[in-house]
Amino acid sequence: MSAVLDVLGALFVLLGAFLCLAAAVGLARFPDVLSRMHAATKPQTLGLILVATGVELSLRSWAAFGTVVLIAGLQLTTAPVAAHLVSRTVYRSNQVRRDLLDRDDLAEDLAEAGFTLGPAPEEGSEGPADRR
Amino acid sequence: MVDMVVMVMVSASALMLGVAAVLTVVRMSRGPSSLDRVVAADVLIAVVIAALALEAILNDHSTTLPVMLVLSLLGFAGAVSIARFVADRDKATRWDVESQQPPPGAVERRPDAGERR
Repeated sequence: MSAVLDVLGALFVLLGAFLCLAAAVGLARFPDVLSRMHAATKPQTLGLILVATGVELSLRSWAAFGTVVLIAGLQLTTAPVAAHLVSRTVYRSNQVRRDLLDRDDLAEDLAEAGFTLGPAPEEGSEGPADRR
Repeated sequence: MVDMVVMVMVSASALMLGVAAVLTVVRMSRGPSSLDRVVAADVLIAVVIAALALEAILNDHSTTLPVMLVLSLLGFAGAVSIARFVADRDKATRWDVESQQPPPGAVERRPDAGERR
């Protein structure tokens, strides 16, 4: 039984490590901040929960269980908040590649609230943030 | 037999985490904006947490678990504070200083618009 649990724990950590690798590949290859964030959020929630499950399966103690639940719970509550703040800053500082977007719902809502949207930046440029 | 299977899995995980860390550091150094670096730092923290977990199951001890806990909170605090810092600084760069015009594509308030709801 403990052998099965050991192998299962290692398997869960292996899956978590694979998600980390996938996120890093996406981070290196995707073209703008929002799509990189899309890749980056995978190991932060699902990957970390897999890793935490793997640790608990191979340690098998209540003390480890408490810490592991705390880690997963805190990450589940804080990761969306951080991602929201970062993407909000990305949008407001105009670092969105608008030529890559199919649809910009936030721009429509902003227009409804009395804001206008200037012309899209020319193809290939990543906006004014590139200059610094 | 079981030890060997676990060892192979742990080695494969360590290899993937190593490659992931290198790619993340590459993105961190290339940028181009500081927000790219924040996102990369978040992923790097996730990679380090996974590496600590790997060490815990390899040596069968739980000393690194509090470190994982602190790291996950540290990533959150770092991302939030840098996002706020960049937001404050980019207010000045959203408008072109010389022409007093917003850069192309910027969100601009219509002068005739009412109060925001």
